[in-house]
This record gives sequence, C-alpha cells and structure tokens, in this order.
Amino acid sequence: MNDLLRRYGPVLSILFAALTAFWLLALVVLPDLYLFENSFRPYLPISEVGGPKDFYSFDNYLTFFHSPIHIQVFVWTIVYSTVVTVLCFVIAYPLAYYLSKVARSNLLPTLFLLILVPLWVSEVLRSFAWFIILALKGPLNILLLGIGVIDQPIRWLTGFRGVIIGLVYTYVLFMLFPLYNAIQSLDTNQIEAAEDLGSPWWRTHWRVILPHAKPGIASGSVMVFMLSAGSILVPTLLASTSSRWFTEIIQQWMFESQDWNTGSAYAFMLLLLCTIFVSVVMRLFRVKLSDIAK
Amino acid sequence: MSAGVDLDNVCADFGSFRAVDRVTVHIKPGEFFSFLGPSGCGKTTILRMVSGFIRPSEGKITIGGQDMRDIRPNQRPTALIFQNLALFPLMPVWENIAFGLEVRGVDRKARRDRAEELLRLVDLPGAADKTIGQLSGGQKQRVAIARALAVEPKVMLLDEPLSALDLKLRQHMRAELRAIQKRTNVTFIYITHDQGEALAMSDRVGVMSQGRLQQVSAPQDIYNQPVNGFVASFVGENNIFAGKIGNISSNMAQFETSVGTFKATIGPDAGTAHNPKLYVRPEHARLVAKPVNGENAIAVEIADVAFEGNFISIQARDAHGGILVAEARNDGQGSVPSPGEKLHMVFDAERAVILADETPAANATP
Ligand SMILES: Nc1ncnc2c1ncn2[C@@H]1O[C@H](COP(=O)(O)OP(=O)(O)OP(=O)(O)O)[C@@H](O)[C@H]1O
Ligand SMILES: [Mg+2]
Repeated sequence: MNDLLRRYGPVLSILFAALTAFWLLALVVLPDLYLFENSFRPYLPISEVGGPKDFYSFDNYLTFFHSPIHIQVFVWTIVYSTVVTVLCFVIAYPLAYYLSKVARSNLLPTLFLLILVPLWVSEVLRSFAWFIILALKGPLNILLLGIGVIDQPIRWLTGFRGVIIGLVYTYVLFMLFPLYNAIQSLDTNQIEAAEDLGSPWWRTHWRVILPHAKPGIASGSVMVFMLSAGSILVPTLLASTSSRWFTEIIQQWMFESQDWNTGSAYAFMLLLLCTIFVSVVMRLFRVKLSDIAK
Repeated sequence: MSAGVDLDNVCADFGSFRAVDRVTVHIKPGEFFSFLGPSGCGKTTILRMVSGFIRPSEGKITIGGQDMRDIRPNQRPTALIFQNLALFPLMPVWENIAFGLEVRGVDRKARRDRAEELLRLVDLPGAADKTIGQLSGGQKQRVAIARALAVEPKVMLLDEPLSALDLKLRQHMRAELRAIQKRTNVTFIYITHDQGEALAMSDRVGVMSQGRLQQVSAPQDIYNQPVNGFVASFVGENNIFAGKIGNISSNMAQFETSVGTFKATIGPDAGTAHNPKLYVRPEHARLVAKPVNGENAIAVEIADVAFEGNFISIQARDAHGGILVAEARNDGQGSVPSPGEKLHMVFDAERAVILADETPAANATP
C-alpha cells in the first residue's frame, strides 16, 4: 500500500483503490448479496412483491429436499465431479512429475507452450470440438475403426461419458499446475536418497513424492471439483439424454421458469453442499486449509 | 561385510566437458578413503558414479569384485549420504532410519527396534519420534548416518557431510564418524575439500584436481611427500620458488632461482618438467643470523611476526620484495625476531623439494 502511494501519488492511488473496491463491491459482492436475499423470498408476480405474501422463509431451499429428482441429479453431479477430479489427477500427476523432474530443462518452454495453446481457444469452441470428435460417425471412431482397435463405432456421448471427457479436458490444467509446483519444490536428492536406500520407483512415489505433493494435490482437486460441479457449458453441450448436471437445473429455474428466487436458493445450496463435501474429504485425507494456502 | 571398490580408468563426460578423467584407484575393504580436492574438481561426480546415479562414459567400476555396469542405484550395496543429507522431512526420525528396511519388507516392529538400536549407535537415543525439523544440524547428520547404516551397506559414500556444521561440531563429528567406521568396519568413501578433515580421518587420501587423481597416499605421505606442485600447495602451506634445475646428482639437484641457487630433493617427474618449482614448507624454514657455509640460505628482512600460541609465524621479505614465511614452534624460550631485523632464511636440502606442476587436465588447452 505504501509502495503504491509512493509510486503513483495520493490521487492515482485513491483512484486505483476506489476502482478495485467498486469492482469487488458492485460486480461481485452486491449481486451475490442480492441473490442471497432473494433466495429466501417467494417467487411472486410483480404486483405482489412487497405485499403480505412476500416474507422471508426457507421454502425455496426446502423445495430441493422435497424433490427426489433434484437430489438425485445433485448426487450424480457430486459423484461425477469426483470422477472428473480423480481422472484429472491420474492424467496430471505423471505429466507433472515428468515436467518437473525428468524433462530436460531446455525442453520445458516448448512443452509448456504445447500444453497451454489449447487454453487460448474458448471453452465453447473446445466443447464443440469434442462434440464433433466424439460423434458416432466422428473422427475418433473413424480412427479407431481404421486402425482396427474396435469393429463397431462406440457411442461416446451416452450417459455421463461425454461430460466427463469434456470436463477432464477443460479442467485438467487446474490440476497440472499445482501438482507441477508441488513436485518441483521437492529436493531431487530426496528422490535419489530413496532410490539409493533400495526403494523401487513406486514406493518412492508413494512414500516421498506423493506426501510432499499433498498440498498441491489438495488445491488442484478442490479447484477441479468445484469448477466441474459448477460448470454449465460442458454439461449442456456434451450431455446425453440421461445425463443432467445440477447447474442445468439452476439454469432451468432461472431462465425457463423465470423463478430467480428458487434458482438462487439452488445455487447457494450447491455452493454450500459442495463446500461441506470438500471439507469432509479434506478431513478424511488429513489436509488442512493452511496446507493449500502454502 | 565390507567390500572393496575398484575404479578402473573411469571417466565422466558432460557433453564435451570431461568432469572426471581416467581415475584409477583401488579402495580396500574396510578402508576409510577420502577424495580431497577443490570445488568443481569432480568429487561428487565420482561418488554419483559409484552409487549409480551417473554412468561412467568410460572405464569400469567394481564393488566387491562385481561389475556395476548394469546395476541400478537401488540394487547396489552402497549407501550415499548426500551433501545436503536429504532426510525425508515428512517422516519421523525412526521412519527415516527404517526406510531402507521398509523397502526390504521388514515388519514394523522389527524396523522400529532396529531404528532405536541405530539411534543408540549414533548416540541419539530417544529421538525416534521427533520430526526432522526438531533436530539440530549435528543431530540430522547422525540420523543421516543411521539411515545409511540401516541398510547394512558394504560401502558408505559420504559427500562433504560435515560442511554445513560449525567448527566445533565438525571436529566432534570427525571423531564420531571415524569411530563409527571402525566399529562397523564398512568401507567409507569420504569426500571433502577440507584438507584437515581428509588428513585427520582417512586411511588413505586421493587428491584430485580438474577431474584427475593427482596422488593416492596415506595422509602423512600426502603432506610429507607430495608428488606434484598441486598436491603440495593444496595440502598445507609452502614457500614457492620458480627457477630451473641445474646439476643433478642422484636424487638431489641444484635449483637456480632469482634469490639464489639451492640444493634440493627432486620430486617425481620434476627432472623433465616444463616448469619445475621449489617448495619449502614454513615449518622447515628457520631464521638465523649467520648461515653455515654451503647451507641453503636467503637474505631476508623480517616484515611481520604473528604469535599464534603454540607456534610463531614470521613473514620475511627477500631481496626482490617477495614474501616468505617461516614457522617456529613456541618452546617458551627462543627469542622472537622483530620487524626490520635482517636475517637469513635457511632450509635443509632434504626438506626442500622440486616438483612439477600438476598432471595436465583433459580440458586444458595445450
Ligand atoms: N549434470 C551436470 N551437467 C554438466 N556439468 C556438470 C554436471 N554435474 C557436474 N558438472 C560439472 O562437473 C564438474 C565437477 O562437478 P562435481 O559436482 O563433481 O564437483 P565437486 O568436486 O563435487 O565440487 P564441490 O566441492 O563444489 O561439490 C564441475 O565443473 C561441474 O560444473
Ligand atoms: Mg560436490
């Protein structure tokens, strides 16, 4: 703060601070507060807003608990977000290990560029690309048929498969970078020390590298899980008839039923329940919040 | 129990840079062997080749008679103590020590017992359940030793393990390491750039420079009979005179310098060397008022006298202003010269040696 003052003088400094405050307050906090307040009020025709029926209650939240289908969708969302998180870890861990400890350092810039380039394409385009790739008569099936791995085209976009593939693809980097940072910070001598003491590679990973990378795994997992559970684009584009994501229900409330009150209640429900779920899982794996913040 | 280590013409190349150049040495079972040399001379590289993390680009390494070529680090009968120790900070002390046993499938109870036993061996009882962060530098050192001993290595490799410790602790740990080595009778290969450490602890010392082994000898011989100028000046102090060899008679020669011609012993290969120099250790130089006839003597003026307690170090200037050093034991009665006094520095021909510079390194441009 003092640094800012010294560098830009009081007028500019105050302006910066004010702009930041405005952005935070007007564009982040206030809308959320507005939705939060609305989530406790009933959905009424305009004429009755502020009337006798307009009072605070938990009714919107209770709607969720009275609707077995919504609960089911929520459970599937959690389950498949977990699956996505685990898959992201399985893909990102070897890659992160390779990048941080195996790859020659002069190759790293190229490798990172290759990894980052897909990020420059918008999420919508990427999801559509997957939609095309995974189509029944799409390139993936043609390729697999061509090289003889399969003899029947696979229907990729059934159940949650398409959504899982799309989400993993979209969010795997959120797992990769924390893992990369975590493994990078491990002294290579420790890996060699384990090997020197006779440890086979898998035990070195299990006892030395993974424990060290735990904070990275935790923050990557929390990010991927929360982003997946809250994702709307990928589930909408790559869903099949049988896969519904909880965010789609929120969207239905808000845009099809025009009931922003219940929609908000569902959105906060999602946030709350996911937070509880994540805290429980973190407890189970003995990860502390302070580990993640490191 | 312990095994010998043989290096046969071992080389290590990093790209076009030769870090270790044709090193041949036979380390005996149960020996405490030190590699001594300045920073960057290839000591760590040698150790990493013996432990298996680097493949020699040429030559052969055998341990206990077995060729190590295709044997991975986790299969070798060696244990390496890293320059930075590389303890596992997320495991308590006893799990660190027992890690090698865990790998070998020893059950938990037996592992724990063995860890406690080793902790007693390294004089650290009761530390089993501490975390690594709770230990002092010297204690970490001992845990690293215990962890390496736990796998009952035939050869223990130590990479400057004491360099991070303060002087007092370092001296204490020297004795401790030596004692542990004698007790366990494991072959120790010890790396250091500290000559005091190497001379005090080792059975034999190999002095290295620029990837080449210069001399392998017992500590006294390294100090008393250095084979070349590098060893002489890296280990201990010297007065060095450039010049050229005159008349040679058996192992003695006349050596002509700018401050006079002296009779001196000829070192190995010095007779044919490009650029031989005369080396006289300060403790072999005396200051006298009048030299005996025919004695090696240089007329000097005393420049500075430093009283060091058990000895006195005297700096003197020769006719060309070059600084020479003489050291005398303080026996409590000898008179101490004072600055400005004009004296003669004398030394015995047997204690003055003519040496070639070091054997040229592979990387040196001819
Ligand atoms: N991986 C590597 N790639 C390229 N050069 C290397 C590599 N490892 C070591 N070297 C070079 O080889 C030479 C010897 O290195 P080494 O680590 O063996 O020295 P050292 O004798 O252990 O020095 P110190 O006392 O400083 O630890 C050095 O000049 C170093 O720059
Ligand atoms: Mg080194």
